Amino acid sequence: MILMAEPAAGRFGDFGGRYVPESLVPACAELAAAFRDAWTDKTFRDELDELLAVYAGRPTPLTPARRLSAELGITLWLKREDLAHTGSHKINNVLGQALLARRLGRTRLIAETGAGQHGVATATAAALLGLSATIYMGSRDIERQRLNVFRMEMLGAEVVPVTGGSRTLKDATNEAMRAWVADVDSSHFLLGSVGGPHPYPWMVREFQRVIGTEARAQAPSLPDAVVACVGGGSNAAGTFAGFADTTARLIGVEASGGAAMTGGAPGVVHGTRSMVLQDAEGQVAEASSIAAGLDYPGIGPEHAHLGAIGRASYRTVTDAEVVTAIHRLARAEGIICALESAHAVAWVLREAGTPLLPAGSKVLLTLSGRGDKDMVALSEGAEA
Amino acid sequence: MRAYASDEALDRRVAGGGKALVPYITGGISADWTEYLLAYAAAGADAIEIGLPFSDPMLDGVTIQRASDRALGRGTTVEAILRDVAGVSVGVPLIAMTYANLVFRAGPASFCRRLVAAGITGLIVPDLPVDEAAAVARAAEEAGVALTLLAAPVTPGERLAEIGARSRGFVYAVSLMGTTGERDTLDDAATRLATRVKAVTDLPVLIGFGVSTPAQAAAAAAVADGVVVASALMRRVLDGATPDELGRDVAALRAALG
Repeated sequence: MILMAEPAAGRFGDFGGRYVPESLVPACAELAAAFRDAWTDKTFRDELDELLAVYAGRPTPLTPARRLSAELGITLWLKREDLAHTGSHKINNVLGQALLARRLGRTRLIAETGAGQHGVATATAAALLGLSATIYMGSRDIERQRLNVFRMEMLGAEVVPVTGGSRTLKDATNEAMRAWVADVDSSHFLLGSVGGPHPYPWMVREFQRVIGTEARAQAPSLPDAVVACVGGGSNAAGTFAGFADTTARLIGVEASGGAAMTGGAPGVVHGTRSMVLQDAEGQVAEASSIAAGLDYPGIGPEHAHLGAIGRASYRTVTDAEVVTAIHRLARAEGIICALESAHAVAWVLREAGTPLLPAGSKVLLTLSGRGDKDMVALSEGAEA
Repeated sequence: MRAYASDEALDRRVAGGGKALVPYITGGISADWTEYLLAYAAAGADAIEIGLPFSDPMLDGVTIQRASDRALGRGTTVEAILRDVAGVSVGVPLIAMTYANLVFRAGPASFCRRLVAAGITGLIVPDLPVDEAAAVARAAEEAGVALTLLAAPVTPGERLAEIGARSRGFVYAVSLMGTTGERDTLDDAATRLATRVKAVTDLPVLIGFGVSTPAQAAAAAAVADGVVVASALMRRVLDGATPDELGRDVAALRAALG
């Protein structure tokens, strides 16, 4: 059953698995067992639900986008993850994993971050639970997301610039995994998306499932299409999970410069087999997107599977369409969303009224984060 | 299981009471990089590990990362490295070290056949743990390539036995919990692990990761059957040391191992 149970042997069809150094295999196995145990433990679930409610601000609302709906000739609902504490859906996963880390007796969180949203969420959870946090961030991303670096440091986290490779999320992930190998006894690697070795794709999807579960209950009727932006794919996975057993079409929107589903091939990177942007010999390509959070050449393995079996489809939008979408959503609805989330908006703006999204369609779109972090870049006329 | 050229060379050294020395070079790091292979062999290497550089060397520290970046930066490819290797007669077994994506992208069978065609008879893939190794192991066996598996200090006993049973050529004992790279001292975990591995396999057991000096090599080989030395040599290569100079480094390691 897709998007539901634990994947057998960590596999989603031909994708997934645990391609990690031997040094990390016992830690992954321990984590999988701990999550399996915690996820069926009422005490753990109650504590997480309580934090999501009284700390993270859940449930987040489902906002009817009335003016935009009228302009586009569709019915558009926005699942407002931008209103969650720390400004994005990342907090859902981070609170779950941080509680799990504490349950495992770990005292330090290690995380990678692209746009900085996951880093901020991790720093936040560390402060809340009295853990230390080390956040790896590509030096190129640090330049374009200064505000989030400042936020992480204010929350007490150490932000380590990564200067190797493309100096973005891919390289930050390599460095975080290196740090984890060297401190596996006292650290928890708090991966921010649905990639990585088993159990991460399953565990992160489950921690993000709350988005889809809430949205399903909040939607006045079943949507025809469920749309979310996809980098690694955690907000999309959580959203899709709520609609897997319905007839709703599931649509993930990638950055044209980081479109692993559209332009990639099967490959093994960061511990999992999935779709990867790469050359003919398997060297991983450097993604390029205006949105640092989508600047990643891979995607979670369950998305690769959903695409392969045709349950979800994956589309791309350009940086220019994204910038237009941010402005249009702001003017029409009074919501300034993140560059990442604007990918989903841009696709709806482009396709409303076409055969892909016929007039009259009911569309549920997850607005994964808010745009505060992007204001400096946008005001400076962020280049692609 | 002694069907592979790399096994035989290591076995001969180990059976004679000697200790095996396997130095490493990043393939394609310079135009004349195969000169290092010849220098290593002349200086007493029992086999040589050739790194096929990967864009995302997750288990490597800064030295091998830099070496990989430099090789890729000058436009090297797996194809070019294998062509270079095919063009030289080194005289000792050659072992490819690379990440899983390069193996799977080519397809394990095709990849292993190309190794053999170039004269490479061993393969080490650090992000391919025993649970994920079946397809590559099958392809390697069919092509006549020894797929050497890695054991780590945290590997539990039952798993260690499985690694010992499924590894070919030797068992690579990872000396410490961390990435490749030079260290001031040899981690105690190295000799503890080597002892545990030797208890579950008849294959030679070589310690690698952080073996940086002749003295550390000797200490490791007091328990293990030999050592793999990479970062300490690659730092010198990156600093511009010539094949002759690297040959002297390898000779010093050889002398320390006896």
